[in-house]
Amino acid sequence: MTTADKSMGLALRAVRTLAESDLLDRVGLRKQVEKALYNGTRDGFRVAGAAGRTFAAAQKLGRPARQKKTKPRELFDVTPDEDQQMLVEVTKQFAAEAVRPVAQEADHHSETPKELLEQAAELGVTILGVPESLGGVVAERSAVTSVLIAEALAHGDIGIAVSILAPGAVPTALGLWGDAEQQAKYLPAFTEDNAPAAALAIVEPRPLFNPLKLDTTAKKDGTGFVLNGVKSMVPRAKDDELFIVAAELDGSGPALFLVESKTEGVFTEPEPAMGLRAAETGRLILENVKVPALALLGGGDLAVYEECIHRSRIAWCALATGAAQAALDYLIPYVNTREAFGEPISHRQSVAFMISDIGIETDAMRLLTYRAASRADMGRTFAREAALARRLCADKGMKIGSDSVQLLGGHGYIKEHPAERWYRDLRAVGVMEGALLV
Amino acid sequence: MATVLSIEEMCWGDVGLLLTMPRQGLGNSAIASVATEEQLKKYGGKWAAMAITEPESGSDSASIRTTAVLDEKTGEYVLNGEKIYVTSGERADLVVVWASLDRDIGRAAIKSFIVERSNPGMKLDRLEHKLGIRASDTAAFRLEDCRVPKDALLGNPEIDTKAGFGGVMKTFDNTRPLVAAMAIGVGRACLDETRKLLKKAGVEVDHVAPAYTQHAAAARLQQMEADWEAARLMALHAAWMADNKQPNSVQASMSKAKAGRVCTEIALGCVELAGTLGYGEVELLEKWSRDVKILDIFEGTQQIQLLIIARQLLGKSSAELK
Repeated sequence: MTTADKSMGLALRAVRTLAESDLLDRVGLRKQVEKALYNGTRDGFRVAGAAGRTFAAAQKLGRPARQKKTKPRELFDVTPDEDQQMLVEVTKQFAAEAVRPVAQEADHHSETPKELLEQAAELGVTILGVPESLGGVVAERSAVTSVLIAEALAHGDIGIAVSILAPGAVPTALGLWGDAEQQAKYLPAFTEDNAPAAALAIVEPRPLFNPLKLDTTAKKDGTGFVLNGVKSMVPRAKDDELFIVAAELDGSGPALFLVESKTEGVFTEPEPAMGLRAAETGRLILENVKVPALALLGGGDLAVYEECIHRSRIAWCALATGAAQAALDYLIPYVNTREAFGEPISHRQSVAFMISDIGIETDAMRLLTYRAASRADMGRTFAREAALARRLCADKGMKIGSDSVQLLGGHGYIKEHPAERWYRDLRAVGVMEGALLV
Repeated sequence: MATVLSIEEMCWGDVGLLLTMPRQGLGNSAIASVATEEQLKKYGGKWAAMAITEPESGSDSASIRTTAVLDEKTGEYVLNGEKIYVTSGERADLVVVWASLDRDIGRAAIKSFIVERSNPGMKLDRLEHKLGIRASDTAAFRLEDCRVPKDALLGNPEIDTKAGFGGVMKTFDNTRPLVAAMAIGVGRACLDETRKLLKKAGVEVDHVAPAYTQHAAAARLQQMEADWEAARLMALHAAWMADNKQPNSVQASMSKAKAGRVCTEIALGCVELAGTLGYGEVELLEKWSRDVKILDIFEGTQQIQLLIIARQLLGKSSAELK
């Protein structure tokens, strides 16, 4: 099977999955299920990490498997290739028909429906970063493809998109930086049915957080390490079976560590926030957590850590772009039908110009995000581009969230319309580090 | 795309100088987009300025008062009116003048006419003194019984109320990303200079650490760079679409709106970061701040771009969304 066949296979698989499933019916059923209101009080909710499975290597690899790099395009070109186009179409459809209709409820209950997570896993969107030889479905490593998928999912809902995509950050990191032993032990589980929830935990709960200056520590202990610290806004913390944790390695700089949830000293507690509620964010607490030498990812190389930070920022930008586009698509018919003083409010420049600005900045966010991802794929430096994309997406994304509520007026403030969710979710982009990867 | 890139580079040097370069003005774009074979033969290779604006008609170019009347006896059009803000009007060989064949009909009656600069009916009133782009002359003309031959009319002489403004406005779809590119060139010059000055002062942007853990000046510079980079990609995108024959009217307007406003903010922001060094005439930052402002005004102001974008996004006519 050629590379093209293989990645086409993924798109086809996704199309088939959607066509054959009675997903919508199942989701519709879920809607009728009454659920107790979830009170996310943090105090007294601390629990030990998820019991979790035993990760064991089935096969031994001589050296780590890596996905091939995508062929760089020499000229400016924003046309997605055929495979990307198919994947995006399917993901868009999934986002519109399966994600958006349950988004308000998922936000309300602070939980993404399990069926939805399973469906998304079947589409294959969480294992884009797994090398083929380890059961992956895409031969080429493409940050651009990941961006397109994240953008399409976030058009449905950001919180659910985080819930779906966050576990994928772990296999993506293993595919990019894992050694043969780490890959053999941890990657196969992600390609099976019932793949584990997992998370990339970087950010810590304090003002002016800087991912280069971590409070979480990793001290050498014999051949292994002992980890201590608190991680914040970890998606689906209570269900995660495997974490990649950022910690300061014995004064030599930040590094990434693989931590299984069932290890002694691993605790989680709910940390509900203003948004991303469907992603069930929580804190991860590490108290004298002993991990073996095998836990250190990427050899503790600072370049690996920084690349991880940049890739994560691009992913958040992709989500912001998807939600900004969703806001624009929602607002246009609204302002065209909502009448005041005898005509549609869109006939007023003060309203119309806000729409123009949302259109302009959504395009700006998208192009900066694509550029950062495309430079990553070309193997060029992309720290600057990722940082610029993050700056713009954080600022303009927030403004678009706020303007969406404003344009709907009182309707924007109530939960019948998704605008108030965009207002809450888009604020996350300037705050989050980690959690997602492209 | 090539034009956008070369204009950006030129304007990194100087916008005024680019505008004074022969044969690249709006008039030449108009001739290139609507002229017949014969007109191209006759006027091609000559330097053409563009005269649209009048004292009483700016962004609302459909309301121009300059008239053109066909003199059946001589087969000439007779132009009367007043034109201002004609870039390179003093030195160009030709001036493309917008005039109405019938002021009662409105925009469909507006045609463009090629007037030789030497025509005695076109009198140079004055050259404007401006905030910036002073290397480029900006002329004001009076047209007094200015006679031009019949074939000086560009495009279709018939008044087609259906096609309306399309022909004359088509010029602008092509030139908006070019004006955006001018702003982007100046913006880059400002950022390059400010980066250098701040580095001397011990401030550099760190693209890994979050903005708020850095010097406020570094955070500001990063934010301006983000807006600049976005403006540049939007202009490239609009130009790339044009090159690939994709309709790009929205993207062309978006790129001009974004570039015009952010590059003005960037230039003024850089002056603030550089302090009196930026405000004084020792460095060029103050000059760039003055030059760049015109780019958010000419060939469609910021507000006109927003209007064009809004009408297209919302699917509204100019009668509905005024």
